[in-house]
Amino acid sequence: MPSAVKNEMPLQDPEERINNFKEVALGYGKEDAVQEAERCLQCKNPACIKGCPVEVNIPEFIKLIKDGKFKASLSKIKEKNNLPAVCGRVCPQEEQCEAECVLGIKGESVAIGRLERFASEFAAKESESVEENESENQKQSLGNVAIVGSGPSGLTAAADLAKLGYQVTIFEAFHKAGGVLTYGIPEFRLPKAIVKSEVENIRKFGVDLKLNQVIGKIKSVDELLNNDFDAVFVGTGAGLPRFLKIKGENLNGVYSANEFLTRVNLMKAYKFPKYKTPVYTGKKVAVVGAGNVAMDAARTALRLGAEESMIVYRRSRQQMPAREEEIEHAEAEGIQFNLLNNPVRILGDEEGTVKGMECVKMKLGEPDESGRKRPLPIEDSEYVLDVDTVIIAIGQGPNPILLNDTPDLETNDWGTIVAEEDTGQTSKEGVFAGGDIVTGAATVIKAMGAGKKAAQAIDQYIKSEIYGKV
Amino acid sequence: MYQILEKKVLAPKITSLKVDAPEIAAKAEPGHFLIVRVDEESERIPLTIADFDREQGTLTIIIQEVGFSSKQICNLTEGDVFRDVVGPLGNYISTERYSKVVCVGGGLGVAPLYPKAKSLQENGAEVISILGAKTSEMLIMEDEFKAISDQLMISTDDGSQGRQGFVTDILKDKLEENNDIDLVIAIGPMIMMKFVSKLTKNYGVQTLVSLNSLMVDGTGMCGGCRVTVGEETKFACVDGPVFDGHLVDFDEQMRRQTFYGDYEQEALSHAGGEYQCHQQ
Repeated sequence: MPSAVKNEMPLQDPEERINNFKEVALGYGKEDAVQEAERCLQCKNPACIKGCPVEVNIPEFIKLIKDGKFKASLSKIKEKNNLPAVCGRVCPQEEQCEAECVLGIKGESVAIGRLERFASEFAAKESESVEENESENQKQSLGNVAIVGSGPSGLTAAADLAKLGYQVTIFEAFHKAGGVLTYGIPEFRLPKAIVKSEVENIRKFGVDLKLNQVIGKIKSVDELLNNDFDAVFVGTGAGLPRFLKIKGENLNGVYSANEFLTRVNLMKAYKFPKYKTPVYTGKKVAVVGAGNVAMDAARTALRLGAEESMIVYRRSRQQMPAREEEIEHAEAEGIQFNLLNNPVRILGDEEGTVKGMECVKMKLGEPDESGRKRPLPIEDSEYVLDVDTVIIAIGQGPNPILLNDTPDLETNDWGTIVAEEDTGQTSKEGVFAGGDIVTGAATVIKAMGAGKKAAQAIDQYIKSEIYGKV
Repeated sequence: MYQILEKKVLAPKITSLKVDAPEIAAKAEPGHFLIVRVDEESERIPLTIADFDREQGTLTIIIQEVGFSSKQICNLTEGDVFRDVVGPLGNYISTERYSKVVCVGGGLGVAPLYPKAKSLQENGAEVISILGAKTSEMLIMEDEFKAISDQLMISTDDGSQGRQGFVTDILKDKLEENNDIDLVIAIGPMIMMKFVSKLTKNYGVQTLVSLNSLMVDGTGMCGGCRVTVGEETKFACVDGPVFDGHLVDFDEQMRRQTFYGDYEQEALSHAGGEYQCHQQ
């Protein structure tokens, strides 16, 4: 009988880790991994695969780890997943592959995410030969595809199309590739060196990466289609920050989580003044919201030297959208949770800098359209929270630059692109879309799943449209 | 990599750089700006496109030394490169259908004003230009403006050239003399744009200002450049940087601009230390 519980993964000690930006979860060693792999029952009809948006053959890669064939294990994962080192770290496995694992019925499911991460880490050094062999396979290009955005959906679509034999060009607005993996998720959860090497792996397939290119400004989607490209995939994500629209929101010391995290992660403000981008963190920081982005911001503030860092959330712990693991890590690090609290206005001093945040206490009523209990303010319960920095992390919408420039691309009421779920086909011929720009802010792996489906659909489209007509 | 093809020092601490960037030059319009980054450790800095040449594939930027990053850019020489140049960003402004305009530039703001003034003139408007500087020595682009303006007036704080005083003094006279001015564009220090807008409001003349807010990405994804216009929060990088001067909350913008003052000092002194080490 396998053990009922997962093999623990070593973590950096909380007291130690709040003083650095090094990765918190240290990953399995060889023995831990083999032992954990032995827990897998190798089901004949594995449910775990159905839980994975890119359908990695989970039992097979785990069996290879069990047999000590680590390199082969990574190759097996890479048949389906172009970013295993990322997914093993940031996927919410508890809602996906691990939620379907039969061991989870009576005890804990197999630690699929930890094993995926192990395979990617252990075999990383030896994996280059695998890549090279694959890139040799492509000889003549079947066509040209433009990918807009180098986040998880774009990178996945690019890699799959390149493997199918297309010449792929990624257009990225920032000076570094990776999208949210680079500017959003902090170093202590996803080291940037890992993102960089995953992007490099994808470039080895022959993918051309053009940085500093804002499509919608330097080139339009129509220009891409008219000039060199047979199809365009739009994976521009949900990068537009939402604000609370309350008084005092433009005071100094109020950040969107996007700005705060971009300064720290992309611009390395935590290494100021060696790196020249500054970031302000006061002594007492309030982060409004309770998703993964809010946890990332609160934990980052603590590492930048805040004495107190707190989450302010209008619902209760049960409704928090962040991953359980992230909430636990935040708690262990001393992040405070002000639940059932909603900001009403932000207060400033004479110089226009934050000196407090007025909140109202909340209670939960009947469920709303989202199925979660509706938060309702309690009358006359207003009070002032003593903070000097406020970070707003209440969600992001789609960035409108590309959409405004391409008016014939149909969008819905939320400003996201209307695209067929199975193919990513949009209202515009030759244009496909996937990831957060279609779904609104979701997960890395869902964006990857969408990139994968779109790559298949683009292949079919080009073969039938272009070669079909000849 | 984006190479510097030509460098000119226009005034003490004010430098003009012509940069090779054909793809951006092909799309540049008056009002657009760039985000530049010198090297791996640098900040992303917003700079308005002061001129562009589609045939040569070049952009001109004009920059004044105020902190570490601007100093670093001013110290670049011909043949050096920017690691990153992103653009064209922001909304360009429509310069058609105006008949008589006043273009008001203060300090370094004269540079971003130029492409707009030039385009207004090319589209048939009568252009009255008012340029202001602290001293005669600090005045830039006088010849360029002479070439495109029907009238050119200058003010300096110390009276060393043109009229002594502020651009608003001259502007007031012009508004009194002419009742057919259909647009005022003002670009310069926030305080100058505030007072120009206050003045023109009394005369009911449409006034556009170009905000030099702090920015990080310049593509609308962080909101660092937010500004209150009317009752609404706007992002200067995507909704602007040009706005109706009568609606902008300038006091809020001035506060936001000073937020990282201490950090600027620290960056400068840190770099100073480094340079000393290199010299030893």
